[in-house]
Amino acid sequence: MSDRAQKRPFRWHIVVFLAPAVLIYTAIMIIPLFGTLNLSLFARAEDGTRVFVGLQNFRTLFGDDRWSDAFWNATGNNLWFFVIHMLVQNPIGIALAAILSTPKLRFAAFYRTAIFIPAILSFVIVGFVWKLILSPLWGVAPTFMDALGLGDWFAPWLGLERSALTTLALISVWQFVGIPMMLMYAALLSIPDEVLEAAEMDGITGASQFWKIKLPLLLPTIGIISILTFVGNFNAFDLIYVTQGALAGPNFTTDILGSYLFRTFFGFQLQLGDPNMGATVATVMFAIILVGVSIYLFGVQTRLRRYQF
Amino acid sequence: MTARKTTFAAAAFLLSGTALMAQDVTLTIESWRNDDISIWRNQIIPAFEAEYPGIKLDFQPTAPAQYNSALNSKLDAGTAGDIVTCRAFDASLALFQNGQLADLTELDGMANYSDVAKSAWSTDDGSQQFCVPMASVIHGFIYNADAFEELGLEEPETVDEFFAVLDAIAEDGSYIPMAMGVNDQWEAATMGYANIGPNYWNGEEGRNALIAGEAKLTDAEFVAPFEQLARWSDYLGRGFESQSYPDSQNLFTLGRAAIFPAGSWEIAGFRTQADFEMGAFPPPVQNAGDTCYISDHTDMGMGLNAASPHQEAGRTFLNWLGSSEFANLFANAVPGFFPLSNADVSLDDPLAQEFISWRGECESSIRPFHQILSRGTPNLSNESWGTSANVIRGGQTPEEAGAQMQEGLASWYEPQQ
Repeated sequence: MSDRAQKRPFRWHIVVFLAPAVLIYTAIMIIPLFGTLNLSLFARAEDGTRVFVGLQNFRTLFGDDRWSDAFWNATGNNLWFFVIHMLVQNPIGIALAAILSTPKLRFAAFYRTAIFIPAILSFVIVGFVWKLILSPLWGVAPTFMDALGLGDWFAPWLGLERSALTTLALISVWQFVGIPMMLMYAALLSIPDEVLEAAEMDGITGASQFWKIKLPLLLPTIGIISILTFVGNFNAFDLIYVTQGALAGPNFTTDILGSYLFRTFFGFQLQLGDPNMGATVATVMFAIILVGVSIYLFGVQTRLRRYQF
Repeated sequence: MTARKTTFAAAAFLLSGTALMAQDVTLTIESWRNDDISIWRNQIIPAFEAEYPGIKLDFQPTAPAQYNSALNSKLDAGTAGDIVTCRAFDASLALFQNGQLADLTELDGMANYSDVAKSAWSTDDGSQQFCVPMASVIHGFIYNADAFEELGLEEPETVDEFFAVLDAIAEDGSYIPMAMGVNDQWEAATMGYANIGPNYWNGEEGRNALIAGEAKLTDAEFVAPFEQLARWSDYLGRGFESQSYPDSQNLFTLGRAAIFPAGSWEIAGFRTQADFEMGAFPPPVQNAGDTCYISDHTDMGMGLNAASPHQEAGRTFLNWLGSSEFANLFANAVPGFFPLSNADVSLDDPLAQEFISWRGECESSIRPFHQILSRGTPNLSNESWGTSANVIRGGQTPEEAGAQMQEGLASWYEPQQ
């Protein structure tokens, strides 16, 4: 009797239910990831055969001036792209969520939908629409600014070295501001009324209630938004490609890691693609994102205090 | 009886099967010329299919900027079409060396082309051909003839006259003197640098000296075109920094700009868009009476996917490309793409005729960096896009542009080290 109780039957249902996810993830995520890492350790010899070169590709990427200049340029641009998102997109997203969650606001559902809609649009549409809006020839921006008497302030922002990247970052912010807004909105709604009522009893109302009660409770959500922004920005590619092309003009000032990877891997016009160096760049991008996510997971998330209601 | 019947039925079945297969050969054509899709479907394909009823053609173009990478991926994956439109020089040479393009040296139709025409699709020693030359494009300037008449201007022959014309248009103020932007970068290099350059480096002479390592990109003849480009920026429209190539085309065809630095491939599109008279002049020379040089660039060929199951049908089609029937059909259907075969061609379009007439007056050359010089990393041709755009935008001086390109070339090209 006791023997039978100790020897439990093998629980097949666990395997069966895990299998689809494991198989699909292995096939479309894990194998390609290791394939990429593997590819970065090879090079193509003169006669077209693949030879193992160890870490030589990484040495070229960081040691050869041409490769490393382009790489650090792309990394720097990518950081700036991320900084703009953190400084503009997320505060605006939080502010919008705070405004939307005030009970006095009318048409809240309409605003919520309207602000979120760009996030579901294709990059191609967003890039094309903004290119047209900002076009010095037929765009509404110069006409509109002329009408306001600000015509002299207009410049072909997408074509100038000093403003192109920031302009693109702001376009991306416009597109995605709805996502932090939605997450914050949901988090704000989940704060129980008892907490807020207790705060009111203590005389904390209005803006100070937001800063002292709500914002600390939102910190875990802000952390999640930051990490989503980080991963999204360092994988970004589409908007740059649609508006500026694979050469990320003017003069590579809008080149980010995604567009640099594309040019390296697939080549461009007369430049033939180099899958091995491309895989090297992809591996470094993976490492950057991995380090960023790890810093967040182990450095930030474990210190955040969670409140159970 | 039954056995015989079965054999008979089987034979009949096999026969009908082969007949069906013979009818069913469909050749898929890979191309970057999505602009030509209606010309292929309505004119070229029906003409070919009428002559060769057993073979069907399917024209499947991709967007020009993605063509090379898309084609390479498709060839690697074994999903590419049977007939491949060949970019000139190294991109196609690499495909041939990988065994992805069939050897066409023995093709009968190859006899219809000159060695110069074949050079873009031959191995470096010239012993093997892998694509049938199809078309070249010529650079120059297309202008709004109505505007020139209105302002009393004449086609400029020298650089000084050219800038005098631009000044006159700018002074009048009703037209933007020149329609070009630097957003897409390649316009600056292709319609700018490669267009006006041959007059400075004497066409093939300078190009070959560069390949041989006898000339450098920092030499006066290669920096001077940049100096002219730097002067262009005063005559381009407001906000040319973010003006794209389609913007420039529209500015010109809407009649808002007077001169368009062009390639002859624009002719077909401009004909349908513009409702004014157009003329063309070749890139101006430095001093009156100098020999003029034009960029007459071998641009398009057609090859056979070595992995295609329809090798014979493919060769039949490629042979037909060398016929005078195709040359006339193509040249008149796509004015501005000039056939490279020796067949006699008469052009109906006066603007196209004007472009092709320069072959008689000037020396032909091809774009400076396409042969051999764009094999390494950094890619010289792509670098020239960036530097030309930078020079026009004022982000780089002509000397810096030359130095950057020379440094990049010398980093991998032995004759320049």
